Amino acid sequence: MVNERKGEVQFGEQLTYRGHCVRSALTSGPGILWVSIFLLVPLVSIAVISFLSRGTYGEIQRPFTVENFVRFMGFGFFGYDPLYPQIVLRSLVLGAGTAILCVIGGLPLAFFIAAMPARYKNLALTLVLIPFWTNLLIRTYAWQILLAPENPLARLLAWLHLAAPGEPLYPSAFAIYIGMICDYLPFLVMPLYASVEKIDWSIAEAAMDLGADGWRVFWHAVLPQVVPGLVAGVILVFIPAMGQFVIPDLLGGAKTVMLGNAIQQQFGPSRDWPFGSAITLLAMALVMIGLYLYARSAGEKGGDIL
Amino acid sequence: MQTTNSYAIEVENLVRRFGDVEALSNVSLRIRKGEFFSLLGPSGCGKTTLLRIIGGLDIPDEGVVRIGGVDAREIAAHRRPVNTVFQSYALFPHLSVRDNIAFGLRMKKVAKPEIERRVRKVMELVEIVPLADRKPAQLSGGQKQRVALARAVVNEPQVLLLDEPLGALDLKLRKQLQVELLNLQRRLGITFVYVTHDQEEALVMSDRIAVMRAGKIEQMDEAEALYEHPRTRYVSQFLGSCNILDATVKQRGTAGALVDTPVGGLRVEYGSNPPEAVWNDSFTLAIRPEKVTLCAPGESGGENRLKVIVEQLLYVGSETHYILRAGPQTLSAQAMNVKVGSQGFDIGQEAAAFLPAAGLLVLDD
Repeated sequence: MVNERKGEVQFGEQLTYRGHCVRSALTSGPGILWVSIFLLVPLVSIAVISFLSRGTYGEIQRPFTVENFVRFMGFGFFGYDPLYPQIVLRSLVLGAGTAILCVIGGLPLAFFIAAMPARYKNLALTLVLIPFWTNLLIRTYAWQILLAPENPLARLLAWLHLAAPGEPLYPSAFAIYIGMICDYLPFLVMPLYASVEKIDWSIAEAAMDLGADGWRVFWHAVLPQVVPGLVAGVILVFIPAMGQFVIPDLLGGAKTVMLGNAIQQQFGPSRDWPFGSAITLLAMALVMIGLYLYARSAGEKGGDIL
Repeated sequence: MQTTNSYAIEVENLVRRFGDVEALSNVSLRIRKGEFFSLLGPSGCGKTTLLRIIGGLDIPDEGVVRIGGVDAREIAAHRRPVNTVFQSYALFPHLSVRDNIAFGLRMKKVAKPEIERRVRKVMELVEIVPLADRKPAQLSGGQKQRVALARAVVNEPQVLLLDEPLGALDLKLRKQLQVELLNLQRRLGITFVYVTHDQEEALVMSDRIAVMRAGKIEQMDEAEALYEHPRTRYVSQFLGSCNILDATVKQRGTAGALVDTPVGGLRVEYGSNPPEAVWNDSFTLAIRPEKVTLCAPGESGGENRLKVIVEQLLYVGSETHYILRAGPQTLSAQAMNVKVGSQGFDIGQEAAAFLPAAGLLVLDD
């Protein structure tokens, strides 16, 4: 009786074991296939390659070895040289610095936009998103022009005695972070804004009623409510910012090697895929561990996140 | 000063506008220390706005609020000796029950062992000790209610403001918590200002009630007095229900009058402290359904006894509600089912309705 209309999917339908398998394969199959081809296969390849050796002409060959990882740690032919740990540290600092600056800028911005009249909100959000729609290179070269010595920003800073007159503002760490914030602020503001919009203000009122003044209301009753959005934003900023090397090159003068450069170098000019894979794998592991620790400590404040 | 000190809250000529709308227009009231005071009215009547102004969460456009004799403008919201139980509870979702309750004391920098002792005590008081380590999301509505109450009471405020605290609970739990709240108030001796739109809740719990309507206080009195002597149609209808009759004075005495109504001639007793309207040539009369007595048809024709036909009859177990046709108008009547078996009246049957002279109230409008 139940299966009178065969082939149609109904609630409470009795499926055979085979039917179940077919349905599962049809519904979750494409997703699994997609993830396998574009994520799992490359990841496994990288993991395997990182344990192989480089041939004379850059080919990947046996024997299996952990030499790539040892080299990464800084133990080379000429004794200990912490070149790569330094590169990693530099990239971590860049990622973390960008994330922190984006939080400092993004928190007030998200609250400001959320407090706007409804008809201006979308406009404001669009303005936040515009840099995100612009090509990275164009945006970064644009900053080179804006930061040039003859332009208003440099003149203003010179007038304020914050820079020497006639000096360009790039290449410098300042220029790098301007470029980075411009690039990554939308990634922080969007999820944060979504959290700010959902704030239950009666909880802030309850805190005030119970004797909390301005800052303590924010700290105890408002901030915990936006922690999920903040965590999501920080992760979205930190991970790509850590791998960023175009902005540091263009606005920092290409004097330092970032993690991104290092990997690109190994897969490109150096033709040392096994070592490149080792760097990639270790960087990934580092990020994962870092994020796990961060999410756990943030989770204590705002409840379950991951 | 002497009079000031016996009041927990004094509100004078309070005005609050939201755009063009006056949420409160010239509201004045005084709430005595230790009193259970209710603000009763439909949604949008300004009762919550008044509560928020007392609590410092909103600022009046005009007027003065004094808390314990001190002008509230001089006390910032977070320093006021009042605490609020919010309608939505507004518990901190990231804190455990224990930390929620301890919040106010921590903000006041009370010593740790003292906090622990007081939190423990209040958790015992509202019977939530086993829930101490749970998060608000893991609590039922009634449990959240208790936590919200404990979180406010633990601060030992001079005045506790409650904004429809039982509004989100089901009827049975509501009745149970009404009794508990009442007991708690008697035990702690804290002044309660209680906002509700539930007239029965207000009657059960309050020492005094202010009935609000469109930003004004329509009538303010002790619960029983308010029910027995409503002054306006609005109050008579909002608090319980009433039969309304238009009356024209036929013959006036000092303590009463003979009047003509659509249902027939009636004698009215003014009682003590009658309203101004009794000196008009015509006024509105009100009588509660339960004051109307049904008698056998043969008794009609006596004083205040009307000939009626039972038009509708609702049997609700402990009592029966009747809709009676009396000439051009219908009257409603309620009677306790005190007799065993049939109460003796059926639909379509003729009967006599007795409207006691003292039960007929003259209204102001």
